[in-house]
Amino acid sequence: MRDRLSATLRLWFAPQRLREEGTTPDYRFSLANERTFLAWIRTALALVAGGIAVDQFLTDLRWGVRTAVATVLLAGAALCAVRAVNHWVRCERAMRRGEDLPASRFPVLLAGGTAFAALLVVAVVVFGLAGR
Amino acid sequence: MSGEPPRDPGAQPERTWLAWRRTTLTCAVSVALTVRVALADPSGPAVAAACLGALAWVGLLVTAHRRIRALARSRPRTMGAAQTLGALACVLVLVGVGGMMLL
Repeated sequence: MRDRLSATLRLWFAPQRLREEGTTPDYRFSLANERTFLAWIRTALALVAGGIAVDQFLTDLRWGVRTAVATVLLAGAALCAVRAVNHWVRCERAMRRGEDLPASRFPVLLAGGTAFAALLVVAVVVFGLAGR
Repeated sequence: MSGEPPRDPGAQPERTWLAWRRTTLTCAVSVALTVRVALADPSGPAVAAACLGALAWVGLLVTAHRRIRALARSRPRTMGAAQTLGALACVLVLVGVGGMMLL
């Protein structure tokens, strides 16, 4: 477990080591993997923007609630970006080795979190919980 | 050189460099938010945070520019640590900037 973790971490900082393994896949597959990576980076950047926006514009909320929501969004952004690098490395390695692409629970977690937040907003709007 | 390399019918390099462009644009939105905050309330930490955010954006622009130039080759190589860690560093700096704005 620890060996695998340190091996993956080394690949993060030196992805050129990937070239020592397996065969180079069709460059189009690597480019598709790169675009997926960039899509996750954009998701992370959007979460950062959301965190800042919540803190700056939802000034009707109590300080504690506002800061908590913003912190969750910012932490999600950091997690999303770190995972983007990790998933890119794992996909690239799997393609070089000719293995199946790694399955991941992360999209479900993110989708669940988004759905939960959306339902929360619906509840707040419908029941008029937002102050006054 | 014997003329143009054969065109990739899937336009993969073009799609990839557009993805880099989209990413720098998304980053610009986040940075614009921090700049707006700094302009509305020009206190020391807010201005410092906005400057840091702008610096992160420039870093991502340079990373994207270099990657886009590498993509112009006929068979682009897989991206390396400069791109993955550059993008990661940019997001983490912006998370830090967001944290500074919370204080």
